[in-house]
Amino acid sequence: MDKTRLQREAAFIRSSLLDQGYLDEQFIQLEELQDNDNPNFVEEVVTLFYTDSARLIYNIDQALLSNQSDFSKLDDYMHQFKGSCSSIGAKKVKNECTGFGEYCDAHNYDGCYRTFQQIKQEYITLKKKLETYFQLLRQAAQI
Amino acid sequence: MTSQNLSTQLRALVVDDNILNRKIHERMLNGLGVECMVVANGKEAVDVHFYGQSFDLILMDKDMPIMNGIEATKELRSMGINSLIVGVSSRSMEAEIREFMEAGLNDYHVKPLTTHKLASIIHNINPNYATK
Repeated sequence: MDKTRLQREAAFIRSSLLDQGYLDEQFIQLEELQDNDNPNFVEEVVTLFYTDSARLIYNIDQALLSNQSDFSKLDDYMHQFKGSCSSIGAKKVKNECTGFGEYCDAHNYDGCYRTFQQIKQEYITLKKKLETYFQLLRQAAQI
Repeated sequence: MTSQNLSTQLRALVVDDNILNRKIHERMLNGLGVECMVVANGKEAVDVHFYGQSFDLILMDKDMPIMNGIEATKELRSMGINSLIVGVSSRSMEAEIREFMEAGLNDYHVKPLTTHKLASIIHNINPNYATK
């Protein structure tokens, strides 16, 4: 596949992610921080997000599975996770986190559990799309 | 690129328990020509000042383990630190912001910060500072 086609495919994925609300303006802010000295900054930040947030996902999973739900702890973990989502512009995931927070405030365990399954789904969907996007960019850069 | 005389280069301290925010804010500040140090909580921010470091700007997150932004800001002010301290948080409730401001902040911004917001903060420190 030639360089132009790879770049076009990557650009299409990027536009789709923004148009469909998976990503927001914050992602564009990260792109603007890339330069010749920091050519892979966005991918580094996204990789760091998925590495670091795996810990928070695990903590929330464990907290939901425990016999006694500590809503204060759940809210704290989710606040941290939501903050990270916000930092990379992960709009859809962040919006689901807002829903989780509302169920936490209401001490609604079922609502928290259901919403968290949706959060994990959106989180994984975005991860796959971004992996494809960065892979195309890397392939284009190598040609 | 605008070259900076080292004696006039601004120095900033990023205080945030979130590794992403530390990386992003550091990159933003570096991109604006500001030398940057990062620490992970309020206690580390107090410690670096105790050991003699000084900064023109401190970006202080609110919610951090060990010592939060409110406690750290109060401690820094009681130590006589007059640096510009800008609180940053994703919390937006008025009472929480007021409590943070009353701890001794000069300003407060909701996260995530943008390069544009940071540039205006830096301009407040030194209107003549030429960012990259």
